[in-house]
Amino acid sequence: MKKIANILFIPLLLLAAVAEARLTIEITGGREGAMPIAVVPFADEGLSEDRVGQIVSADLARSGHFAPMATQEMPAQPHEGRAIDFDTWRRAGIEHLVVGKVAARGEALQVQFQLFDVVRGEQVAGYSIPTTAQRLRRVAHQISDIVYEKITGQRGAFNTHVAYITVGQHEGQLSHRLAVADADGFNEQIILSSRQPLMSPAWAPDGNRLAYVSFEGGRSELYVQDVSSGKREKLASFNGLNSAPSWSPDGRRLAMTLSRDGNPEIYLLDVASRALSRLTFSRSIDTEPAWAPDGRSLVFTSDRGGRPQIYRLKLAGDRPDGRPQRLTFEGDYNARASFSPDGSRLVMVNGNNNRFRIAVQEMESGNVRILTDNRLDESPSFAPNGSMIIYATERNNRGILEAVSVDGRAQQRLGTRAGNVREPAWSPFN
Amino acid sequence: MRRIHAGLGIMAAALMVLQGCTGGAVRDGADVPVDERSVGADGAAVEPRDGVETGVARVGSGTFDGRPISEVLSDPQSVLSQRVFYFDFNSSELSVTDQEALSAHARLLSQNPEMSVVLEGHADERGSREYNLALGERRAKAIERLLNLQGVGQVQIQVISFGEERPVALGHDEEAWRLNRRVELLYSGY
Repeated sequence: MKKIANILFIPLLLLAAVAEARLTIEITGGREGAMPIAVVPFADEGLSEDRVGQIVSADLARSGHFAPMATQEMPAQPHEGRAIDFDTWRRAGIEHLVVGKVAARGEALQVQFQLFDVVRGEQVAGYSIPTTAQRLRRVAHQISDIVYEKITGQRGAFNTHVAYITVGQHEGQLSHRLAVADADGFNEQIILSSRQPLMSPAWAPDGNRLAYVSFEGGRSELYVQDVSSGKREKLASFNGLNSAPSWSPDGRRLAMTLSRDGNPEIYLLDVASRALSRLTFSRSIDTEPAWAPDGRSLVFTSDRGGRPQIYRLKLAGDRPDGRPQRLTFEGDYNARASFSPDGSRLVMVNGNNNRFRIAVQEMESGNVRILTDNRLDESPSFAPNGSMIIYATERNNRGILEAVSVDGRAQQRLGTRAGNVREPAWSPFN
Repeated sequence: MRRIHAGLGIMAAALMVLQGCTGGAVRDGADVPVDERSVGADGAAVEPRDGVETGVARVGSGTFDGRPISEVLSDPQSVLSQRVFYFDFNSSELSVTDQEALSAHARLLSQNPEMSVVLEGHADERGSREYNLALGERRAKAIERLLNLQGVGQVQIQVISFGEERPVALGHDEEAWRLNRRVELLYSGY
């Protein structure tokens, strides 16, 4: 109970203009061995347009770890533990069962839910959560997080956000937009619109600031924007490129690519003091820095060996510690690497024979797994629990987002109704 | 209600941001929807680099081989009519014929030091966006170097890369990619 209360006091992200569009999600690849679960529609869900049971069920299905039972196949629709006949659910092959109800408490709402281990006939979790109609989706995602963690042992990432860029015609003009949506594609909020390109959104570890590149001044410049207030600041506008921002794990520094000294190199910018230190020194392209979660090294893309490959640079404070070491050797093109949250693997764009796909490389063994089967994948981003990777690709002449589980087995497609979507960045836990 | 108020505040901030995008900007290539922008469009004015005098008042007064610059630049028979240069995948190498055309541009610029040019570098969509941004710059810099070597002053040249963000061809095939791997020479005021 106490834990839930704490979660609820975390302030809502207050975002800009109300959504016009939203990402729709279609699960395109199932997962063998997904766990059978039933999320019974909650009682009195009519109190809000958001159906808690439906949201939880969809969350769990998207994770690839669960195969939720369709409502019409359910042998019964209980709303509390006392009403459950475990035998009927066992016979239906269900291992876990979620039941609950929504009740009005004056202006507010009370959501009650219970998770049962059907095989043992035991309650695994049960909470009563005070909320409001506006916050019901968020509460549903928190329930998904609890169910996911209780059963898989891994923290759920349903109550997180995704930032991305959309490009499309808006009122007769080409419009580039920076958007933030819930991880399930709902509540899309446009936080910046520009007729000039926007690029490279990167979440600060606080989950409330985004760094990005904007061409509104006629060339690439780097901005940081507070998502909840909309306040923003130009952080880098040196001669040449200002690009590829990546926040240090402590949020105090940004690694970025600047060509102020004539060639694209990796630099560190101290956000408070604006002190700049240069990390790479080569005549090739060095770009796309990404921090290791321990803050002691960076990976980046360099074509110093002739073609783009991933290199790792250890850091001693703000200085390079030794020479960059090449990490990738499979494929003729590896770029845009980033670390999994536990630092054990890298995700990247792997190019081979003119196909660009998402690959994961284990840091320890160097083993590489290609996760996708497309032609033009780019911009992979790990979920904060490391379970899924969201990335951009092209399908039927449109830019869309897809997500894949880290083992490559569960896949889903996210798309808006119109225009192109690209450069997804999954938020940290918030 | 609080949420709505906050939303309005942010919308107001976003409007200010939008005004900031357009207000007082010399750059107007942006006024044309990017997709439909013709290659090497005439008169694409670009914001000058800090401290660079573009000399707008002198526009049209210079000559090239005895002809007014504006006339030469709009003559499809002139070697200067080639103002878009194409590249191979992941390459910034210029062909011999391109180098010859660029020599004519170098001559134009060195004979008219009040003129300036923007070299706008682009890449095709394959691979990663940030790497492509750097690749567009590398292509534009290859041309910058060639112009510098042939006597064009550094202050006359501005390099901007758009990476893969401003394709001229919107397909996802070899033909579109070929057209998108390019550097455009944009003369302000002509």
